[in-house]
Amino acid sequence: MRFAPLFWSFTSLVLAAPALATGLQPEAGVGQPVPEGIGFQQPASPIKEAMQEFHNGLPFGLLPITTAITVFVMLLLLWVMVRYNHRVNPTPSKTTHHTLLEVVWTVVPILILVVIVVPSIKLLYYTERAPEATEMTLKVTGYQWYWGYEYPDANGINFNAYMKKREDLQPGEPRLLETDRRVVLPVDTNIKIVITANDVLHAWTVPAFGVKRDAVPGRLNETWVRIDRPGVYYGQCSELCGTDHAFMPIAVEAVSKEAFAAWVAKEQVAQNLVPAPATEAPAETPAAAETTPAPAAN
Amino acid sequence: MTAATHDHAHDHHVPGFFKRWFCSTNHKDIGTLYLLFAICAGLIGGAFSVMMRAELQEPGVQYLLQADETKGIEGGLLGAAGRMAGDVVASATGEQTTVEKHGAGVDAGDRNGQLWNVMISAHGLIMVFFVVMPALIGGFGNWFVPLMIGAPDMAFPRLNNISFWLLIPAFLLLLASAMVGVGAGTGWTVYPPLSSAAYGHDGLSVDMAIFALHLAGISSILGAANFITTIFNMRAPGMTLHRMPLFVWAMLVTAFLLLLAVPVLGGAITMLLTDRNFGTAFFNPEGGGDPILFQHLFWFFGHPEVYIMILPAFGIISHIVSTFSKKPVFGYLGMAYAMVAIGVVGFVVWAHHMYTVGMSVDTRAYFTIATLIIAVPTGVKIFSWVATMWGGSIEFKTPMLWAIGFIFLFTLGGVTGVVLANAGMDIALHDTYYVVAHFHYVLSLGAVFAIFAGFYYWFGKMSGRQYPEWAGQLHFYLTFVGVNLTFFPQHFLGLQGMPRRYVDYPDAFAYWNYISSLGSYLSFAGSVFFVFVVLYTLKFGKKVEANYWGVGATTLEWTVSSPPPFHAFETQPVIGPDKGH
Repeated sequence: MRFAPLFWSFTSLVLAAPALATGLQPEAGVGQPVPEGIGFQQPASPIKEAMQEFHNGLPFGLLPITTAITVFVMLLLLWVMVRYNHRVNPTPSKTTHHTLLEVVWTVVPILILVVIVVPSIKLLYYTERAPEATEMTLKVTGYQWYWGYEYPDANGINFNAYMKKREDLQPGEPRLLETDRRVVLPVDTNIKIVITANDVLHAWTVPAFGVKRDAVPGRLNETWVRIDRPGVYYGQCSELCGTDHAFMPIAVEAVSKEAFAAWVAKEQVAQNLVPAPATEAPAETPAAAETTPAPAAN
Repeated sequence: MTAATHDHAHDHHVPGFFKRWFCSTNHKDIGTLYLLFAICAGLIGGAFSVMMRAELQEPGVQYLLQADETKGIEGGLLGAAGRMAGDVVASATGEQTTVEKHGAGVDAGDRNGQLWNVMISAHGLIMVFFVVMPALIGGFGNWFVPLMIGAPDMAFPRLNNISFWLLIPAFLLLLASAMVGVGAGTGWTVYPPLSSAAYGHDGLSVDMAIFALHLAGISSILGAANFITTIFNMRAPGMTLHRMPLFVWAMLVTAFLLLLAVPVLGGAITMLLTDRNFGTAFFNPEGGGDPILFQHLFWFFGHPEVYIMILPAFGIISHIVSTFSKKPVFGYLGMAYAMVAIGVVGFVVWAHHMYTVGMSVDTRAYFTIATLIIAVPTGVKIFSWVATMWGGSIEFKTPMLWAIGFIFLFTLGGVTGVVLANAGMDIALHDTYYVVAHFHYVLSLGAVFAIFAGFYYWFGKMSGRQYPEWAGQLHFYLTFVGVNLTFFPQHFLGLQGMPRRYVDYPDAFAYWNYISSLGSYLSFAGSVFFVFVVLYTLKFGKKVEANYWGVGATTLEWTVSSPPPFHAFETQPVIGPDKGH
């Protein structure tokens, strides 16, 4: 974790000043692709960690198994190309059957598939539903070509997020990934994400979370995430949706629960969803810092 | 060899040019027409891919720009092609004069994402419907199924002719759809609601693309009926089903897949057509319809379709491996029934293309398991090819190089298919470049390698002239290096999360995209070289005898002259128990 010092400095900045929650700086290598990268983005949720384990894990992850199979076939091919070259072996054999061999190369692949399928199905059911109760809900709506967000548990805070144009980017903000407003979410919270679309198909995707779900008009799709660490995480629309398909990114800002509560309190006021802070508890010092920010919906 | 001529039995009069090529009822001539068509379409589809890779070579949009008179930028496909050829943009403003080394993704003008979408759609549809299928099924199928089973021609020669000629208007409609209005920027999958009139596709383009698919679909269905009838009824005496060459088996299974799958596509796109034009709401949620229904119908066709493209390739590879190893195919029955199994299971796995649409988790678990099962018969085929070579006396002529390349690269594409089959894993990879890499490994490096393998294998048979061996091998090595350079890095991009169908990408993806683009130029150079090899061979190639590959080539097409007489098998061949595959 060569980014750790940087990472914690940003986090402490956020903890110290909750009002800056929407000003979190993205870090190189976290929540976004890395130059010349050849593997998964660094996982930031238990789902993505499980996926990475299933893909990369030794010795029976998908990558080791498929690499072994490919190398095995390659070695076989090289061997026959050398050993049974017509110069080396001028007289071909006439063998056309070998029952045992044929049974073996049918049964062994089946066994390999069994080794794959058990963790695969476990992973699938894990990605489907959070192991514990949902603590909050985020509603996502795809539009041509931006995302609409709504927080039903926080008096319906809502906003739209558009891609930031090149000229508006701050230093460190990645081109084509940054949005004018980021989705703010708390860490260590089981978040249900409800996804739909208002025009054509879209897909809400954040690679670091292992989340990808199509946004379909007329349907409410559902998935979940639990974010491990604060940070800015990016994703891009992943279902062809027209001219600006490549230009409706997703930017998630994961903050501590306290910072999230502060953001919610501030945002509710800003959007006139609750009365001004003078009549309520003082919003600037988050009184609800110790409690779960957003009440469990279900 | 050719039997004694019976003057009265057959009329050997070869018709004049127009009648021979435009009103053809001869399976060999129709096969030739299909192959020529596929080569032309392949160059067009390949040119699309080179243009796309050129655009993706650097971050930022350099070529696919909106027309802008103030900057002197010409819009559309031709404008983009002109910029690539001339490499000069926006000289009027004096700011950016050349398209090169933009570094961190500066756009050369206002991007035209729709044009990009039109190009990816056209590339996909052309390659599937107008290159791979015509080459493998119409081309090699027409040429060699009758010859291999000892039949004088296809069962329905005139039906055969209309199958081919339907493809011409289909192709023209598809090309025209890209030129009319905004073009069909829907992807080859034509998913609604994007392909509906309400969201940017209200012009004629999508309707024309739908009609193109209708015509191509009718062509395929007629061809399939023709193959099934021919194979079941016109085999020479003694040619039992279990003595049929594997290429004929492959075509038989393929024909059944076509017959069962293509009508479903026809239904789906007809419903889409009426949704677009006549106010129905099959796929429109506002009218009680469901866009996901279209995906189910499309992939019920679309998944068998990928086996339609690869099964004939399997057949060709079996023949070539056996010929150049000078050994009969190992495990013939297993090979034949593996293809049948792939065909059958191929019909019950379609929704693995739809893991993220919101299907129930149990449904996805089923499709995961069903999809993984296909790896077993596919593995049987791979190992049987290796076993055919084992103990053989292998000659590394051009067709064999392509065949060995096929086996290895198809294995690589196959194992990434196993990765993608897992619904839980697929969430990370769906609609990323990993998928693009996977299906190009099995199709572009699988089916297309088999097409080239078959072409070099049978070119002498079809034309009577042999290609220069060095040229065939050079073509192979150019292509092998080029396609691997193009598609292997795309696995990395996919794992890193780069979505498909993107005209521009975050700067972190620049490195592997650059490599990939270089590879595509090399591959395309190989394809252009191939065209020269073909032209050279037709004009100057060495004339060849009936069986120029020697003892390994045992199927019936090697018993007739090269090229075969206008009407082959004047005396019906009889297949003894020791003959056949």
